[in-house]
Amino acid sequence: MSEMEIFSLHVNGERRDVTDSWLGESLLDVLRDRLGLVGAKGACEQGECGSCSVVVDGDLVCSCLVMAASAVGQQIVTVEGIAPPDAPSDVQQAFVDAGAVQCGFCTPGLIMAVHDLLDRTPVPSDTEIREELAGNVCRCTGYGRIIDAVQRVAVARVELSS
Amino acid sequence: MSIIERPADIARHGALGTSPPRPDGIEKVQGTFEFSSDISADGCLWGATLRSPHPHARIVAIDPAGAWQIDGVHAVITADDVPGQMNYGLISQDQPVFASDVVRYVGEPVAAVAADHPETCRRALAALAVEYEVLDPLLDAEAAIAGDHPPIHPDGNVIRHQRIIHGDPDVTGAVVVEGTYEIGMQDQAFLGLEAALAIPDPGAKGVELHIATQWLHEDRTQIAACLGLPEDAVRLVLGGVGGAFGAREDISLQVHTCLLALRLGRPVRMAYNRAESFIGHVHRHPATIWMRHHATSDGEIVKIESKTVLDGGAYASTSSAVLVNAITLAQGPYRCPNAVVDGWAVRTNHLPCGAMRGFGAVQACFAYESQMDKLAAACGIDPVDIRVLNAMRTGDTLITGQPVLNVAPVEECIRETAALPLPDEPVGGAPMPDGSADVMKLPGGAGRTADAGDIVRGIGWGVSIKNLMYSEAFDDYSTARCRFTDGVVTLKFATAEVGQGFVTLAPQIARTVLGVDDVRLDRIDTQIGSSGSTSASRQTWMSGGAVNAACLAVRSKIFDHVAEENGFDPAALTIDGTDIVDSVSGWRGDVAEACAGATFDETAEYHHAPTTELDENGQGSPHTAFAFVAHRAVVDVDPELGLVKVVQIATAQDVGRALNPLSVIGQIEGGIAQGLGLAVMEEIIQIDGVIRNGNFTDYLLPTFLDMPPVVATLIEQPDPYAPLGAKGVGEPPCISSTPAVVAAIRDALQQAGIDRPLDRVPVRPGDICL
Ligand code: FES
Ligand code: FES
Repeated sequence: MSEMEIFSLHVNGERRDVTDSWLGESLLDVLRDRLGLVGAKGACEQGECGSCSVVVDGDLVCSCLVMAASAVGQQIVTVEGIAPPDAPSDVQQAFVDAGAVQCGFCTPGLIMAVHDLLDRTPVPSDTEIREELAGNVCRCTGYGRIIDAVQRVAVARVELSS
Repeated sequence: MSIIERPADIARHGALGTSPPRPDGIEKVQGTFEFSSDISADGCLWGATLRSPHPHARIVAIDPAGAWQIDGVHAVITADDVPGQMNYGLISQDQPVFASDVVRYVGEPVAAVAADHPETCRRALAALAVEYEVLDPLLDAEAAIAGDHPPIHPDGNVIRHQRIIHGDPDVTGAVVVEGTYEIGMQDQAFLGLEAALAIPDPGAKGVELHIATQWLHEDRTQIAACLGLPEDAVRLVLGGVGGAFGAREDISLQVHTCLLALRLGRPVRMAYNRAESFIGHVHRHPATIWMRHHATSDGEIVKIESKTVLDGGAYASTSSAVLVNAITLAQGPYRCPNAVVDGWAVRTNHLPCGAMRGFGAVQACFAYESQMDKLAAACGIDPVDIRVLNAMRTGDTLITGQPVLNVAPVEECIRETAALPLPDEPVGGAPMPDGSADVMKLPGGAGRTADAGDIVRGIGWGVSIKNLMYSEAFDDYSTARCRFTDGVVTLKFATAEVGQGFVTLAPQIARTVLGVDDVRLDRIDTQIGSSGSTSASRQTWMSGGAVNAACLAVRSKIFDHVAEENGFDPAALTIDGTDIVDSVSGWRGDVAEACAGATFDETAEYHHAPTTELDENGQGSPHTAFAFVAHRAVVDVDPELGLVKVVQIATAQDVGRALNPLSVIGQIEGGIAQGLGLAVMEEIIQIDGVIRNGNFTDYLLPTFLDMPPVVATLIEQPDPYAPLGAKGVGEPPCISSTPAVVAAIRDALQQAGIDRPLDRVPVRPGDICL
């Protein structure tokens, strides 16, 4: 492939050199195929499903719509960087406990989106949850158990802080 | 959603009846679970498929020279490179690995390439020159039946024609209602796209394929035949499956990936993108169903007449089996003594159709449930009452003459659904604190609707029957192995885990039967006998039955062992919690300790009772078992803009026994979402044989905002024919939820003084407001 680019990304607190990418590769492709971080998933590559959600400089984005080279110098967080492997986050644990995971393909993107939602809106209403997560499609669950998981975390965090 | 809470003391945690967490749950939330699209290998190349741009054309010439000029291209293969059988297919082998003379749908594979990068593949495909002579496409199913078009395939344009004549074909009823109903083509739209990795054995003597599929052994049979290899030279390993819903029952990229890997002696990956996925797997059959009901003036069904036409697209896939469901279940979950039913599955130059959740029952249900509402109106009876009046019971017969021997709590499903609370939300949604309308609660969402005061609410019903397992004399058995040593049970099976949760259920069975908490799962692959397909709501029954049988066989060996060591009668031993108990002496001991040093290893097959084929009049006992469900939908409709918001779905489902209540809830909610999708938004549009909306921007899927709260009751009447008392729960939720939503829209419109037939799904805005 021509026009190979060499650049570095800051992913999950680490500097990662990208040595074999060609200009035009999406952040999703670079994370998955160049850096081996396959937690972000591609299901539409059109910004419609949210499976590829990651956080770039504090903003939740569809990594399929971001050019990797444009994320140079920004702090990227993927699902692999949300919590250490032996200590899942409260959102991750709630998804498992609430039955919010079936095939799990939508799950990494939703974990990112729910963390983002609860950081901004600690106690979201049902409508707020639905509106905020409407960019993440799940084909298996019908969303009910995911909403339950979000509510469980919101309640637990309030209890923890009081 | 209401969950049936059980007293905690009935079962220990992790046993049947409880809802332990998925064993793969933590990996899935952490992003470390390996889906088939995540699997790579050293030295791996990428494969890609060249597809026909024409619905019907003759291939004049294929010139690969341009592709070979591109750096990084390693292989270009066509039909000439298929060493074994040229065609594959689930029921009849009519679909080419690569088209060699004629292409029959837009998207049909013509060639494949392997290269160092997906982008190189893309360029190689663009450089492959194929010369076509365009032929007249057959795009009208009725023309296929009428014989108006020359055969587009050597097997002809009719895949199957089957009629059912039952009782007195000439009887008539005092009340007659009829209609013609259309069901659009739905896509399974699993999120995890098709992907596979093939690793060739040295000397290309065999191949290992990591694949997301529903049925490893059937794939292996078809792949090996096309590769010209013995079956044991083809080993399949289940790659993580991101949903299936029927779309992975047929071959897609399996043979192509293996062919490239064997040709090159290197691992090859293939992965479809969303656009390719839409044309790369089979879909739900679009259908046209004419139906006429005869009833007494009191509303009791006397006879049904119908004609069902399924457009099977270019290749047969499972069309003939889908047709059998669509016609044998045409009466719905209602008694019907007389029937004249005709059904056709035909071949056209549309996208091939096959399995999707509900498999023929979905299409039939939209027709018969629309009819039940017409019948209720014609008889002046409430929609609920007419359904209760006709509700099937255990012992009633289908129009094929088959008795329904299973538990058939149709009336309970309807009554329990009716007893569920209606939504508290006022019409148009609860207002904001300042008294203004909450636009997010209005049909169409923010900024899309007329005044909140124009919104009307409707309520509609749907009730359905679904056959479980395969039909028509097919022995879709399942195999499982149970090994117990050092206090650990290891289960092995080839059951495809596609998200439904068999990996959670299987250990629950082992814990319950054996009294051992530490249960592990071996890799899911073809190194054991077939488990049959993860489809037809069959794995809880069939693979659950096989795991149960293997565990029982081990338990029997454990009892023999403990009895011999201690001088007990093995027949007096039982498992209580994690203990073995001798009912004679009262002795009790921990299972693991009592078996220290011993190993037990048993494999079992589970077969369901045999079924029969249909005779020429559609008589016979084709089905294995049945499950039932009722749905009530509440919708808000903006009649001016034709927009719909589903406010609530209530359901009571016949589950036999809820072995894992949380998984059952997940199937109910997920299935209802797909039923809602078919009701109001999901349809593949083909114009002149070309798909026009093969992407997630244009093919609409229900989101968090489209899916309403679900309230549910599980009807638990253990089925005596089911090995664990449990019926499959996967398909029923998506069957009658569709007509329930449509009936609710009709009801809302009637209240606004608007009469629309809404005899087609999905219901489009124009169907409501124009
Ligand atoms: S893959 Fe990025 S939004 Fe779907
Ligand atoms: S769990 Fe399968 S797509 Fe969400």
